[in-house]
Amino acid sequence: MSLNSAWFVMLAFLLAGYAVLDGFDLGLGAIHLLLGKDRDERARLIDSIGPVWNGNEVWLLGVGGSLVAAFPNLYAASFSGFYLALMLVLWLLLLRGIGIEFRHQIHNPLWEDAWDVVFSAASLLLALLFGLALGNVLHGVPFDDRGEFRATFAVLLNGFSLLGGLLSVATLSMHGACWAALKMDGSLQARARRFAANGWAASAVLLAAMIGASVVVRPDFADNFTSHRWLLIIPVWTLAALALTRYYISRDDRRAFVASSGYVAGILASVAGGLYPMLLPAVAGSAFPGLDIYNAAAPYESMRTALVVYAIGISLVSVYLARIYRVWKGKSGPVYL
Amino acid sequence: MSDAVIAGRWQFAFTIMFHYLFPVLTMGLGVLIAVLKTIELRTGNAAYGSAARFWARIFAITFAAGVVTGIPMEFQFGTNWARFSRYAGPVVGQTLFMEGVFAFFAESSFLGVFLFGESRVGPRVHWLSAVMVAFGAVLSGFFIVATNAWMQHPVGYRVAGDHVELTSLWALLSNPYVRWQYPHVIAGSMVTASMVMAGTGAFYLLSRRHEEAGRIFVTVGVTAGAICSALSLFPTGAFHGEAITRFQPAKMAAMEGLFKTQTGAPLAIIGMPDRERQELMDPIVVPGLISYLAYGNFSARVTGLNDIPADQQPPVEIVYYAYHIMVGLGTIFIAILALAGFFLVRGSLFDRRGMLWVVMLSAPFPYIANEAGWVVAEVGRQPWVVYGLQRVAAASSTNVTTGMTYFTLLGFMGLYLVLGLLYLLLFARIVDEGPSTPLGAGPSTRLGAGPR
Repeated sequence: MSLNSAWFVMLAFLLAGYAVLDGFDLGLGAIHLLLGKDRDERARLIDSIGPVWNGNEVWLLGVGGSLVAAFPNLYAASFSGFYLALMLVLWLLLLRGIGIEFRHQIHNPLWEDAWDVVFSAASLLLALLFGLALGNVLHGVPFDDRGEFRATFAVLLNGFSLLGGLLSVATLSMHGACWAALKMDGSLQARARRFAANGWAASAVLLAAMIGASVVVRPDFADNFTSHRWLLIIPVWTLAALALTRYYISRDDRRAFVASSGYVAGILASVAGGLYPMLLPAVAGSAFPGLDIYNAAAPYESMRTALVVYAIGISLVSVYLARIYRVWKGKSGPVYL
Repeated sequence: MSDAVIAGRWQFAFTIMFHYLFPVLTMGLGVLIAVLKTIELRTGNAAYGSAARFWARIFAITFAAGVVTGIPMEFQFGTNWARFSRYAGPVVGQTLFMEGVFAFFAESSFLGVFLFGESRVGPRVHWLSAVMVAFGAVLSGFFIVATNAWMQHPVGYRVAGDHVELTSLWALLSNPYVRWQYPHVIAGSMVTASMVMAGTGAFYLLSRRHEEAGRIFVTVGVTAGAICSALSLFPTGAFHGEAITRFQPAKMAAMEGLFKTQTGAPLAIIGMPDRERQELMDPIVVPGLISYLAYGNFSARVTGLNDIPADQQPPVEIVYYAYHIMVGLGTIFIAILALAGFFLVRGSLFDRRGMLWVVMLSAPFPYIANEAGWVVAEVGRQPWVVYGLQRVAAASSTNVTTGMTYFTLLGFMGLYLVLGLLYLLLFARIVDEGPSTPLGAGPSTRLGAGPR
């Protein structure tokens, strides 16, 4: 496997890690106001992600940093091309972060309610925007002859990408509800399981629609899977995880959460499997063929060093992350003073 | 320079200066909290544990503000400085992702354990988590400063076509520029945390509340502050200055307002640079001191701005004033903290209300000194973004318009205003509430596990 392909796999791994880990706290946030019936329940929901959400968000920085090191042209073109959408993401991340961290600082109903709304709305919009972004990556962007583009909202908000946004909201809501079912007890847990089941149904329907739409928008999407049959393991894995999630919801909360994590990672892996070796395709009629793992890549020496260092770093992180998550195992208790 | 580049510079300057207000406290405070936890573990004195918990609350809101304002920094390299990312990404990307993977993961994950896990883990693991938070914060600073050092003095690369290529990771990490820049940054951060801690303690002693905690804060803050303020001058500041003279003579000339190359260059204590007449107005100088600081010889020849091409000079006034503000404040900190340290050793500090007033009121000034130091570093590098390799004007995104950037700059200003006000409100409330009773005896018992 070439170095460029190894980096493609690494990037997909990091994105999947981000989607699974920050995905559950984003999803929990998206359904926060509906799931938590009163202020105390909402406090418990936030307590369950309090110690981990920040570490989860670091995966996003990991994605950003590795793009700079390995695929600087992709980083430069996409971050400047999606300028306003990305700034919106930054502002929402800011509001969401202070929503979680500042909510518990003052014990006043108005203060807590206000931050609950900020946290939930920002999480919902972020889930939507990340799905929209993934939709646009599949859909392709209108490159000019210099390999740049400017994603106006007319470009961003195409039907296909909106479908991606909805799929993301439904899937992450289900994922977040599975986390809540795992961490809560009593009536809140029962409600979380119902939310998970409803989210599952919505996600399954939207996934089917998305697959159908992909055939129209990106007819070459299935090529990799037909020419390399072993890759079919990814969509099979994804669908199996989807089915297992439904089976375990209400039966075994831990396995349901694991299965829904597998499903979220599977969607990302399927997109990666279909796109390879493209990173950001061009829409038909563009003056530039799109960015792939070769024309977006950093020089060989930079990629090689970064990959070695990254592998060491990620192994180290996995060890203590696994240890730290064990500190928080079991039902969640109140954590914020 | 086009309007779009100027808009991007305003946005970067505003967001980075606001962002740095938070990590400048957390890097040093993390270390001081680890010190408090170590004293608690070794002496078994619960007052130090409660002091550590108090500062952990300050740390938590500061860290949160630092994180949410820090993500826009990494993203702006792509959004507004796309040509910089294309050109320099293969090198600066290394240290940027290493920050995330090696430092930031550790800091944020162990912070969760430190803040919320005291009753779930034993005292040793809790102490370890405090140490890991401090380690993560300080290491995170290293990777960021190493990134900056490469932009000041590029090493370990070769130019390959339209971008640079990394040739040696070791050279990047052991850049001669970072060797003293990084300790200088950490010393500045330690001074900030120490003076904030000592100032808070002085506030408690002066208002006769939480006096036991107040004495701990003043003792630890003044001790650490006296040591670190001296370290920020020597060796870190002095040797970093030498590196600047060697690698960036234009920056050094601007810092000192040295318009003409001369032997026995004098150091201006005060004076106002006048670029029209190419001289310092009303200067008070120490003869030969710049020559000595730069080369260890009072009559050495130092390059002035007249020997630097006009299109490679930084804006003199900003760099000059920022440098003099930093050095002036740093000198005052050394004097204040040495005097307070003297009274502390003599055992009379807690009764000297005048001195406590000075300690309390000086707490905000290290923020100004640290920001001024970074203004010297960054404005002094102009017109380059990567010194000698890429100009700022050639580093911007070509597909982002002036209007788009001013729109988002206004958005950042509004959000950061709200964030800044909320932060100050919460900081004041936490200080007003004061340290709680030891774990197990007060409201902190709610830290415990189990359903509410």
